[in-house]
Amino acid sequence: MDKMKNEILADFKILDQTVNGEPLVYLDNAATTQKPQAVIKSLVDYYEHDNANVHRGVHTLAQRATNTYEATRQKVKELINADSEREVVYTKGTTESLNWIARGYAQKFLQPGDEIVLSYAEHHSNIVPWQQVCEKTGAKLVYLDLNTDGQVDLEKAEHLITKKTKIVSLAQVSNVLGAINPIKELAQLAHQNGAIMVVDGAQSVPHMPVDVKELDIDFLAFSGHKMLGPTGTGILWGKLELLNQMAPLDFGGEMIDFVELEHSTFKEVPWKFEGGTQNIAGVIALGKAIDYLKAIGLANIAQHETELMEYVLPKLQAIDGFELYGSADPAKHAGIISFNLAGLHPHDTATALDMEGVAIRAGHHCAQPLMKKLQIAASARASFYLYNTKEDADKLVEALIKTREFFR
Amino acid sequence: MSLSSLDNLYRQMILEHADRPHHHGNLPVADKQIELRNPICGDVLELEVKLDDEGKIADIAFNGTGCTISQASASMMTDEVIGKTPAQVGEMVEAFSEMITKNEDKDYEDLLGDAVVLEGVAQFPARIKCATLAWKAIYQALEKEDKAHE
Repeated sequence: MDKMKNEILADFKILDQTVNGEPLVYLDNAATTQKPQAVIKSLVDYYEHDNANVHRGVHTLAQRATNTYEATRQKVKELINADSEREVVYTKGTTESLNWIARGYAQKFLQPGDEIVLSYAEHHSNIVPWQQVCEKTGAKLVYLDLNTDGQVDLEKAEHLITKKTKIVSLAQVSNVLGAINPIKELAQLAHQNGAIMVVDGAQSVPHMPVDVKELDIDFLAFSGHKMLGPTGTGILWGKLELLNQMAPLDFGGEMIDFVELEHSTFKEVPWKFEGGTQNIAGVIALGKAIDYLKAIGLANIAQHETELMEYVLPKLQAIDGFELYGSADPAKHAGIISFNLAGLHPHDTATALDMEGVAIRAGHHCAQPLMKKLQIAASARASFYLYNTKEDADKLVEALIKTREFFR
Repeated sequence: MSLSSLDNLYRQMILEHADRPHHHGNLPVADKQIELRNPICGDVLELEVKLDDEGKIADIAFNGTGCTISQASASMMTDEVIGKTPAQVGEMVEAFSEMITKNEDKDYEDLLGDAVVLEGVAQFPARIKCATLAWKAIYQALEKEDKAHE
């Protein structure tokens, strides 16, 4: 990465602290990432200088707020190579984006007998909304199996994605295994059968170049807070023709055109979805997060994370009793490593690591069907990002060895 | 601080209980049965209780998956509640919850026996739910009216 390590670290003040008397090593980035100074400053600047409600004021502040708020759409458009900024809808996060696609689009069109195809590795937010759609429409869920690398098994998928399939909804990167799915091939399979392709990009958009045209997908959902932006921000991208057909779910102010006593007309896409006053400051700050990511370069971030995986995975696998979930190939981990220490519950591991200043996640990672498939109750998960270093990786390895010793 | 501070949480007796839990398994016959889950981590605890003619706990067994703290806590709880009436168990559960959530300078040993060794959990707020799961289970099991299976 062009931007030097120290320069990046200086942008993230939160990382410069001790936790339980040890320097903080933050490895819970799949849960949420830290925010650079530029993002934090943008939130403050907005409230200090520009705060006004958008789209309705004639005055100068309202104009200024509206312009910067709308400018984030352009940044997202360029980030994911969308056709138009009108295809970019602001949401609270990936969960809301997926729920809107499920309720606003799928629920409107699906019939009894139709099938929705998911995988065992999906996050609960890409399972539960579809279960609701099935309850309402009589459609049914079909689950794709995984190969030994933890990716969706393409060969088996060819038998399960059929003419009955109306929606295929998959994560591009598993939030547990870090496995990267062959989305382009799966989208092709979906389209050959007349289905639409929905992609949960929560763990991919922040970590690698994602091009919706190159992948040829129909919907993409991702979260701002997992890509250096504020919590409560997210994106729903969809092809314009699909968004035009999709029903809004939040009715009220902001999203209407004309309101009469018995009937109202709605604004155009994307504004018809954005009912009520939006997270204006958050959306503007998300724009700054995207600027930051672009300045470093998503390809550089992906490469940095692969280098970290190549560095740390062999060291981890050398630890006595280290059980890895997912691929043994570092290139197939997208910054995420799930594991257990034999005989030790991941909560015990996570508490021990916390005493060493190392923050990781332990639990089922909102992926209970995958845990069942792996035949474990829970796992520990270390997830890296652009500001993590080889020293962080070393600290993780050291802390795990100490943990192993402590519980021996 | 470093791993040495873990000794406050993982006392030797806790590690021993987790390693070789007491009353682990199933009862041939049970009067009360309950399954509790910790939604945060996916841990599951099954508890079976046999009561005697006076309504006191005659035997007890637990099963399931969990961390060192939750397994040790369940093992100690089963040791301590045998021979107790539901009312006495209720007092114990309250005392246990107070011990690990409030930092009071009180001696709980008369009520809780060896389980007082878990008081160190109070310094690890993220782990309180692990320790209380078994105690919540016995409380709810005794509250249940229905007989689970004969």
